[in-house]
Amino acid sequence: MTRIDRAPGEVPTASHAAPRNLQSLALAHLWVAILAFGVAAAMALMQSLSRASLDLPWRSARMYYLSVTAHGVLMALVFTTFFIMAFGYVVASRTLGREAGPRGLAWTGYWLALVGTLATAGTILAGKASVLYTFYPPLKAHPLFYIGLALVVVGSWCWSAVMLLSYRTWRRANPEAPTPLAMHGMLATVLIWLIATIGVAAEDLIQLIPWSLGLVPTIDPVLARMLFWYFGHPLVYFWLLPAYVIWYTLLPQVAGGKLFSDPLARLVFVMFILFSAPVGFHHQFMDPGVSAGWKLLHTFLTFAILFPSFVTAFTITASMELAGRARGATGWLDWIGKLPWRDPLFSSIALSMILFAIGGIGGAINASFGMNAVVHNTAFIQGHFHLTVGSAVALTFMGAAYFLVPRLSGRELELGLLARVQPYLWFIGMLLFSISNHITGLMGMPRRIYEAGYGGSAVAEAWRGWTGLSAVGGVFLFTSAGFFMLVMLGTAWGGRRRDFDPVVWAQPLHPAPTRRTLFDRYGLWAAIAILLVIVAYAYPLWAHLRMARFGSPGFSPF
Amino acid sequence: MNVPFYEKLWMWASGVLIVAFVVTIVAGLAGSALQPPSHVETIDPTKVWNDPRFKQRGVTTTDHGATVVLIAMMFAFQPAEIRVSAGKPVTFRLTSADVIHGFSIVGTNGNTMVVPGYVSQFTTVFRTPGEYLIVCNEYCGLSHHLMSAKLIVEGGAQR
Repeated sequence: MTRIDRAPGEVPTASHAAPRNLQSLALAHLWVAILAFGVAAAMALMQSLSRASLDLPWRSARMYYLSVTAHGVLMALVFTTFFIMAFGYVVASRTLGREAGPRGLAWTGYWLALVGTLATAGTILAGKASVLYTFYPPLKAHPLFYIGLALVVVGSWCWSAVMLLSYRTWRRANPEAPTPLAMHGMLATVLIWLIATIGVAAEDLIQLIPWSLGLVPTIDPVLARMLFWYFGHPLVYFWLLPAYVIWYTLLPQVAGGKLFSDPLARLVFVMFILFSAPVGFHHQFMDPGVSAGWKLLHTFLTFAILFPSFVTAFTITASMELAGRARGATGWLDWIGKLPWRDPLFSSIALSMILFAIGGIGGAINASFGMNAVVHNTAFIQGHFHLTVGSAVALTFMGAAYFLVPRLSGRELELGLLARVQPYLWFIGMLLFSISNHITGLMGMPRRIYEAGYGGSAVAEAWRGWTGLSAVGGVFLFTSAGFFMLVMLGTAWGGRRRDFDPVVWAQPLHPAPTRRTLFDRYGLWAAIAILLVIVAYAYPLWAHLRMARFGSPGFSPF
Repeated sequence: MNVPFYEKLWMWASGVLIVAFVVTIVAGLAGSALQPPSHVETIDPTKVWNDPRFKQRGVTTTDHGATVVLIAMMFAFQPAEIRVSAGKPVTFRLTSADVIHGFSIVGTNGNTMVVPGYVSQFTTVFRTPGEYLIVCNEYCGLSHHLMSAKLIVEGGAQR
């Protein structure tokens, strides 16, 4: 990172002054994300040790399920959402050349989501909402848990509106220009989020909140699961797409090369808009109450969405090769060694891609109509998603935090050595954790269990060595997360003042189109996406609602 | 759109791979009726113990195979021990008396969610005699990890 020196007391130039307001907006979001990550990571250590039957102070089933809930909610819903909101504001303001949208609305969204987070986290930590981050009824949490979640979603809608309004203002001033690639990816993220959150908002507002308040006595758990997973799978792409934006638009620049293909990157994001949502039944393969034909249709659509990730794997690897060659590599593979493996943003992304490749293969197994029965709700699943959201997304976001925090806060990154080591520790920890969980999963060990003993069962005895290995992975991950938190807190408190560097986006290898193309027709893509949702969900939902069903009362066994 | 040759090759290869994945699924479905448990039948979850479909729990054997009727509850399966014959189709019928549970016969592909208000049903054949561990694989409360049962597959049945 180059340091631009400035005389003491010199007034920042206009280009620096413009994003100042944004700095505080993006930083405020980023810090909620980082702190949520820190709390969630601290809880995870105890969970991986607990499954290996290691006795620790305060270890109890109550504490375990409470902390699994807190870990899931804070990592999967709070860390990701706040980081993505922060990154969205950075992208909007630094690609569109103006401050993001109406600021009042942006701050309103921030406070709503923050208050919601505190309400939800508070009920969990008080032991009144150990329902896990999937909160399947008829497990019943304190009403504040559901109300808090609703506030987080409403806050994120404010963010979505700011992003869309920023784009509209820019588009009016630039009717013919292609959308900057990073903004293109973030608009895809926003559209997927808006389509997806309809499901969880309906579940939360129509079913869960009235039921938890006692206004209605019973709830339909299968309907709740349909609505949750209608949201739950596109949620995955809401996490993943900002990571892809970082891979496509920052990584080639940081690596010292160029983006291999600009139009294919645009195609990838458009394909995600189309195929993210109509796939939720592949999370409900084992559910009664949903017929097999609809599950099969969702399976086919799920496999379609592998395609843009395959294209991404090629384009990003090719971009890295370009960078290695630009740094002097001439042989077949020596470009790999020329890459800046000491740069934490670069190593985070490169390592997260390797982990994601393994996770992707596991994902294809999970989505397989017939094979899913072998892995459903086993430890295989937690092994899988710690490679996807826990690595491809979280490790990329951590790498991006090393890149963004100095640029947003005007402070040098402190404890650089820890930042350099941290991605490698995560990589090792995640390999140990995930591979052992994939194996115990195939051996039949369920996910989300406090103890894996089953009264001395011989089958369970065979899991033991692997749960130990998973615990070792947990120690590596905990150390890695600790390093990340030390670097972040050290930078905030002790980082030397520096200039606000601009964010430099990667240039494409071949000149990008100078005029807007079909890829920029967001209204059209959103309309087709909604059409596909209607094809995939309208009939099964209608058939479900007209079937004679019996509601279920609530239970709080925690 | 100008796509470089190698990337074009890669995209075609990816497409072929995805089609191959889908073909294996369809082949499994067409060849061995390999499909997830997707039975659609509802029940009043507050009255499962007296419902005629679940009043008599346990194994009913006929010449063609067996039917196993089970209720899942916090934190046990009722009945907790099941005996069936190897090599004959076994149809499981389950429902829940309280929250959502899972029913997974470790070491086999017998796996279903058990959701209150609904009846889960699937049919499978156990080829290998022996004792199998059944676990609840959906979080159902603080003793979730203790919720298990036993399946005994008895040999000697004609294949």
